[in-house]
Amino acid sequence: MHIASVLIRRILNAAGLLAAVLILCFTLIHLAPGDPAEVIAGEMGGATEEMMAEIRALYGLDRPFHVQLLSYLGNVAQGDLGYSFYFNQPVTDLIVERLGATLLLVISALLLAIFLGTFLGVVAARNPNGLISHFVTVLALFGYAAPVFWTAIILLILFASVIPIFPASGGMYDITGPDDPISRALDIAHHMVLPVITLSTIYLAFYSRLARASMLDVLGSDYIRTARAKGLAEVVVVYKHALRNAVLPVVTFAGLQFAQLMSGAVLVEAVYSWPGLGTLAFESLLRRDTPTLLGILFFSSMVVIIANLLTDIAYRLIDPRIRSGAR
Amino acid sequence: MSDAAREFEQELRVESPAREAWRMFISNNSAIVGLAIFTLIILTTFVGPLVYTVDPFELVWAPLTPPGEEGWLLGTDYLGRDLVAGLLIGGQSTLAVGAAAAVITITIGITVGALAGYYRGWVDEALMRVTEFFQVLPPLLLAMVLVMLFEPSLTTIAFAIGIVSWTSAARLTRAEFMRIRELEYVKAARSISASNARIIWRVILPNAAPPLIVSAALSVGTAILFEAGLSFLGLSDANVMSWGKLIGDNRPAILAAWWPVTFPGVAIFLTVLAVSLIGDGLNDALNPKLRRR
Repeated sequence: MHIASVLIRRILNAAGLLAAVLILCFTLIHLAPGDPAEVIAGEMGGATEEMMAEIRALYGLDRPFHVQLLSYLGNVAQGDLGYSFYFNQPVTDLIVERLGATLLLVISALLLAIFLGTFLGVVAARNPNGLISHFVTVLALFGYAAPVFWTAIILLILFASVIPIFPASGGMYDITGPDDPISRALDIAHHMVLPVITLSTIYLAFYSRLARASMLDVLGSDYIRTARAKGLAEVVVVYKHALRNAVLPVVTFAGLQFAQLMSGAVLVEAVYSWPGLGTLAFESLLRRDTPTLLGILFFSSMVVIIANLLTDIAYRLIDPRIRSGAR
Repeated sequence: MSDAAREFEQELRVESPAREAWRMFISNNSAIVGLAIFTLIILTTFVGPLVYTVDPFELVWAPLTPPGEEGWLLGTDYLGRDLVAGLLIGGQSTLAVGAAAAVITITIGITVGALAGYYRGWVDEALMRVTEFFQVLPPLLLAMVLVMLFEPSLTTIAFAIGIVSWTSAARLTRAEFMRIRELEYVKAARSISASNARIIWRVILPNAAPPLIVSAALSVGTAILFEAGLSFLGLSDANVMSWGKLIGDNRPAILAAWWPVTFPGVAIFLTVLAVSLIGDGLNDALNPKLRRR
């Protein structure tokens, strides 16, 4: 019952946020110097004042701001985010085509970072002055300080050119390769390795440090002493009793950082020509294709909002204290 | 006075907080390394170009000359521009944008957080809604949109970075204000009818400063990474050289030549590393309680 009422409140809140993102997108188009009519006129190779007025009337650009805003919101509610003149396709179609690739990349990187990061953090916490512990500290510094696109380029040079074990051409799969499902899946996995590793570096660093601190904290608590006192094996104490509590901050941050993760994906995709939203954003940036770029901003905000919602649910599943509403 | 008495008096003498923090900061090895690297980078980028006067936009030699050949220490880029000159001059704009963006980030963050944490109620509710809103927008994408719509220049880039990254500073300030506003000395200030503005800026803010200083230091690093990312995507002032621009310009040539992208990347890495070491050092020095944990 608690979960249901909390969920409904969260979903209403999420809908409000989405509406706000849309209003921001629309306002930005209006604030920007030059209006869409000029862009269209530019595409046609110039237009007279009368033709400009005609274009404005045709696309409803001469109506007052709030009328245009309402019709924009109505269009989006019907899944229409506008038309990309450069790609000659509705923006929604363009984005839906590429959303899968980005989600595949982002979610794989996130899972890798969470699992490996937690594992490294736990190992480091069990021996706070050991080799792994120092490695985690160095990794955290490196992960924060190295620009993600630069890490991507260096890995690409090292593992696609110097030691050619991964495809240098980038992309998601080799179009000349066999197209039965199994070889295609293997091919995609092969192309995924470098982008996923690059994207997860930043978060791996952060999560391992977070898991280390949180694990040290939990290992010092009374119930762990009790578990040890009753003679449980160390592995059971650490991985069953302590881990469940120690992983909570990692899950929270993973959800909160989804916005940053989508940002990182833009840069990583641009380097590896991964055919997702990031590459699309990069291309539409080069062509100054505003509707597409705003559509991507809207869709990725929606992904972030959904991710936050899922984190909230995951959090409740891991921690029974929150589940029963006893917080 | 006997020696014992003098010793006793010395033990009683309390160090000023700033002095104590400084002492702790300079006794921290990694913070000193960070400070040394940072000073070195500032000196080379701001004094270096006065000594080494090659124009970073001039085509000096054959494109993609490897480092050390033909007398060009770091080689040339895809157009044949000297990379040493590019790194020296480019550092100036990268650092300037980083610093300016950090100032904007912290200013917005402190203002929003202070008002929300001090007034609570509907002000808090409204401002936190705005903060939540900015947290769901992917920062780089929003910055891309802003810079593209308002023409790339150092000013728009600094503002765009500030606008997309103030939320964590705001949350931090809000938490500090909510804690401090309940303390005795704030009540005392209120009881002598100090104005709200005075309590916010003169009573609470100085006491909330330590974590905000750390956050400001770290946001310089984040801003530099951001500027580099935007330049890499081609969103940079075409007339101003920067480290990110060097990497972005040379992106198509990465498989032919490693050096034009590697050296600016190392420069960015070292700067952000130095800033984050300084930030960690400040954190330890300003929050001694946290350090002992």
